[in-house]
Amino acid sequence: MSSELPFERPLAEVKSKIEELRKISIEKQIDFSDEIAKLEERYLKLEEELYSNLSAADKIQIARHPSRPTTLDYVAAMFTDFIELHGDRLFGDDLAIVGGIAKLNGVPVTVIGHQKGKDTKDNIARNFGSPHPEGYRKALRLMDQANKFGRPIITFLDTKGAFPGATAEERGIGESIARNMFAMARYRVPIVVVVTGEGSSGGALAIGVGNRVLMLEHAVYSVLSPEGAASILFKDASQAAKMAEAMKITANDLLRFQAIDEIVPEPRGGAHRNPEQQAETLKSAIWKHLRELMKMDPEQLVKDRYEKFRKIGKFAFIHDVVEQV
Amino acid sequence: MFKDLFNKKRKYATIPSEKTKRDIPEGLMTKCSKCGTIQYSKELEKNLKVCPSCGFHNKLGALERIQATLDDGRIFEYDADMISVDPLEFPDYPSRLAKDMEKTGLRDAVVTGEGTIGGYPVVLAVMSFDFNGGTLGSVVGEKITRAIETAMQKKYPLIIFSSSGGARTQESILSLMQMAKTSAALARFSDSGGLYISVITDPTYGGVTASYAMLGDIIIAEPGARFGFAGARVIEGTIRQKLPEGFQTAEFNQKHGQVDIVVHRKDMRAVLTKLLELHAGTATKGAMGE
Repeated sequence: MSSELPFERPLAEVKSKIEELRKISIEKQIDFSDEIAKLEERYLKLEEELYSNLSAADKIQIARHPSRPTTLDYVAAMFTDFIELHGDRLFGDDLAIVGGIAKLNGVPVTVIGHQKGKDTKDNIARNFGSPHPEGYRKALRLMDQANKFGRPIITFLDTKGAFPGATAEERGIGESIARNMFAMARYRVPIVVVVTGEGSSGGALAIGVGNRVLMLEHAVYSVLSPEGAASILFKDASQAAKMAEAMKITANDLLRFQAIDEIVPEPRGGAHRNPEQQAETLKSAIWKHLRELMKMDPEQLVKDRYEKFRKIGKFAFIHDVVEQV
Repeated sequence: MFKDLFNKKRKYATIPSEKTKRDIPEGLMTKCSKCGTIQYSKELEKNLKVCPSCGFHNKLGALERIQATLDDGRIFEYDADMISVDPLEFPDYPSRLAKDMEKTGLRDAVVTGEGTIGGYPVVLAVMSFDFNGGTLGSVVGEKITRAIETAMQKKYPLIIFSSSGGARTQESILSLMQMAKTSAALARFSDSGGLYISVITDPTYGGVTASYAMLGDIIIAEPGARFGFAGARVIEGTIRQKLPEGFQTAEFNQKHGQVDIVVHRKDMRAVLTKLLELHAGTATKGAMGE
C-alpha cells in the first residue's frame, strides 16, 4: 500500500503484520494459519469501520490523491473516438482544461473537464488543474459548438479553483467564469456534470451548470478550499480540517442541500484503488441521466436547468421567525 | 515650586483628559485615509463621501447609495423582511448576522427595489459592504434574482451596485450556487431585451465579480475601485507574486478591457440618466422579447 493516506495507517499496519507472518510461516515451516485468519478478520472489520466513517478531512485526502483518476482517464475509459480540441481563439490553449468530441455508447457528445497533471512536469504544464480565463473560454467555445450541433455536454469538475494570479486577473478571470454560467443556463442541449475530485469555488462551477449534477462518493465541493476559508475566517490555514467539517463539503451534505442530484459510489478506499471499476460505475450513472434528458425538447431542457438552480438557497422572512418564537 | 522643578526627573506625555476629548463632538472631523487631509465630516457627506482634496471615494452603505442615486432618494423596497438562516450550522454565523444587523440597520448585504433616475423607472439592487463584508449568501442571491425577475416582468432596466468580499463562506455550497442562479436569471433577462447596467464600487471580489458584476451590458466602475476575482492578498499569499502599482483598480481594469466607463460619484446620476435615455426605446419594449 504505497499510496496509503495518513488515516489509512492502522490498516496498513495490520496488513504488514499479516504479510510478515505469512513470510515466516513459509520460511520456517510454522503453521500460523489461525493467527493469520484472526488478523484478516480484524483487517476487514477495521476497513469497514474506517471507510464507513470518513470525515470531511479524510475525503479531501482521497479527493486529492495523486493517483485519483483524472478527466482524461475517464475519457479514455468511458468514451470512444475522442478527438481533443484546443484553444480559445483569443489568447492561447490552457491545458488545465481539456475538451473535445467523443462518443458515449455511440452517441456523439462534447466532453470537457479540469485536468490535473500525472507527475510534476505534467502538473506544471497543466498549472495543477487551475485554469486561466483562456481555459474557460476554450470550454465556452466547445460548449457553444455542442449547442449548435445539438450534442449533449458532459463535464468533469476537479480543481482547487481558478488560478489566483495577476495574469488571470488581467485577462478577466471573473468575467470568464460569469460568462460560462450565463451561457450554460441558455444551452438547448442536455448537460450532465460530474464532480470527480475537488470542486472548489467559481473555478469549478464555471463548467458546472448542468441539468444533472452527479458527485463521486468521496469528492468534495465547496465555495472555496477549506485552507483558504480557514486562513480568511480563522486567520489560520492549519485549521483546515475543522473548517472542512464546518463547511459541509461532502457528497452527503450536498445531496441534503439539493446542490447535487446523485452520489456515485466509489470502490472501497476510493476511485484510485480501482479506476476501471469506477469508470464503469460512473459511465452507467451518466448514461442513465443522459438517456432521460435526451427525451426532453430544447425548451424543456433550458427550463429544467433554470428551475434546478433557481430553487437553491435557504432563507426566511422575519415574521415567520417571530411566529416560530 | 522651584524645588519641585528640580526634583522632577521623569517627563510625562500629555494625554487629553476625558473632558477635553468631549469638547470635540464625535465624528466632527474626518481624516482622509488616502491623503490624510482633515476636513469637516459634514462637508465630506455633502460631497457624497468623496475627499475634496484627493478625490478618494469612501465606501457608501446601501442606504447612502440609494439616497445619492435615486430621484429624491426614494425607493420602493422589495423583500425587506427577508433574512438569512444558518443552514450549515456554521460556528458563530448567527451571532455575526445579529451583530451586522445591529451595526448597519440592514437585514442583509443587499437592498433591492424600484425607483426612478432622472425620471426613468429602474429596478435597483445595492450591496452594502458593511454587512458581513457584502458577501453573497442565499438572501443576497435570492433578492437579486427576484429583482432581475421583476425587472423582466415590468420591462424596467436593471442597475446593480456591487460591493462585496465575494461568496459567503458560512453558507458554502449554497452561496456558490447563488452565482449560477443570478447568472441564469441575467441570461433570461438579457434574452428578453432588458438593459442591465453593472456599477462596481470598492471593493468587489470573488463570487460577485465572477457572476453578476461582470455580466452587465454596460459595466461602470467608480474611480479607484478595486475589483477582481482573487484579491491582492490572496495572490501574494498563494503564489507569492509581486503585484504592479495600482493593480486591480478601476483604471487598471479599464486598461485591461474589463470596464466600459470609470465614472466619478458626482457624475454617476447624470451618466446613468444618459444611458437610460439612450436605451429608452429598447429597455422598455424589449428588442428581442417583443
